[in-house]
Amino acid sequence: MSNPNALLHRRDVVNELLRDRADLLVIAGLGAPNWDVSAAGDHPNNFPLWGAMGGASMIGLGLALAQPKRKVLVITGDGEMLMNVGSLATIGVEAPKNLTIAVLDNERFGETGMQKTPTASGVDLAGIATACGIRTSRIVRTMTEVAELRDLAHEGRGTTFAQVKINPEALVFVMPPADGVILTTRFRQSVLGDEALFN
Amino acid sequence: MAEAAKSRAEAPERLPTWPDEIYRVLKDAGIRQVAMVPDAGHSRLIRSFEADPETRVVTLTTEEEGVAMLAGAWLGGERGVLLLQSSGVGNCINMLSLPVICHMPLLMIVTMRGDWGEFNPWQIPMGQGTRPSLEAIGVIVNKVDEPHLVASTVQGAANLAFNTWKPVAVLIGQRVLGAKNFKELARK
Repeated sequence: MSNPNALLHRRDVVNELLRDRADLLVIAGLGAPNWDVSAAGDHPNNFPLWGAMGGASMIGLGLALAQPKRKVLVITGDGEMLMNVGSLATIGVEAPKNLTIAVLDNERFGETGMQKTPTASGVDLAGIATACGIRTSRIVRTMTEVAELRDLAHEGRGTTFAQVKINPEALVFVMPPADGVILTTRFRQSVLGDEALFN
Repeated sequence: MAEAAKSRAEAPERLPTWPDEIYRVLKDAGIRQVAMVPDAGHSRLIRSFEADPETRVVTLTTEEEGVAMLAGAWLGGERGVLLLQSSGVGNCINMLSLPVICHMPLLMIVTMRGDWGEFNPWQIPMGQGTRPSLEAIGVIVNKVDEPHLVASTVQGAANLAFNTWKPVAVLIGQRVLGAKNFKELARK
């Protein structure tokens, strides 16, 4: 961290957010956030998306409401978050304490040729989240702030939103299982026990 | 006003009973999360759920949020229902690939517009496109046009969704809901 203006590296950010993850439940948005979460280690408590763009935060909300004693962390991209930015209004109203949304903001649609997203032109996602009533909402630019975000996500003391400014680097794909039934079933079995296989 | 209240009190049997019936059906199905964009046809059911401390009613900004939310609910072991108008079905289509490809149950109760007796031409394209769009993406569709069959149709759809882990939509037709006529209202 010799240069404080240097953009964060996405996999450093995700590795720190998932450090000592214990029983944290993780939703990963499609594209690079999926590969980043998978690069940190495949895990049954991950639900990595291969589609359903715009849905990551709302999957997090439904899960957080269903499992109020567990902590839910959504890790997604700026393009994915912007596709359903109205979700922040819905989540701001419901305000589950155990939900954190970390947007890895490279200001690009990374999978499709690094075209600029609206955040490249200054659209302030953290400001939108604040305006939607998510009181703990911030822009994150340093690994010290990432470590604070990690602790907030693991403590679950209030809905938290972070727009983490990252380098628009293209990294090697690290893929989790692609089959939705495998991902769903192993997640439910891990969270709910073997009973989940029977109903 | 007093006269109107009186006539309502004298004719309680004229109120439709199906919203209360499907509330019971959905309670018996174990519904805990209710995701909705309101429609007049769902107003009575929404009021029942809002008065119920066991259910969480979540107002969405667009219907596809509810598809994703109820996928999250299922991952966490809770059952939910999505209440929407037929126009909102169009907002859901790509997000429905999530329950379709993951074999997740999803129960959608859709109140129809652009159907029997519609007066608003702008409701026609999505109203007529509701069933084919849902079927094209892989949702099982059951339509009901008679009030006395609404509850049993919802019950069957809930069983199908939660026992076979499939997305299922019940379309409640305008024959059940009654068609609005804003032109008549404008003349009054």
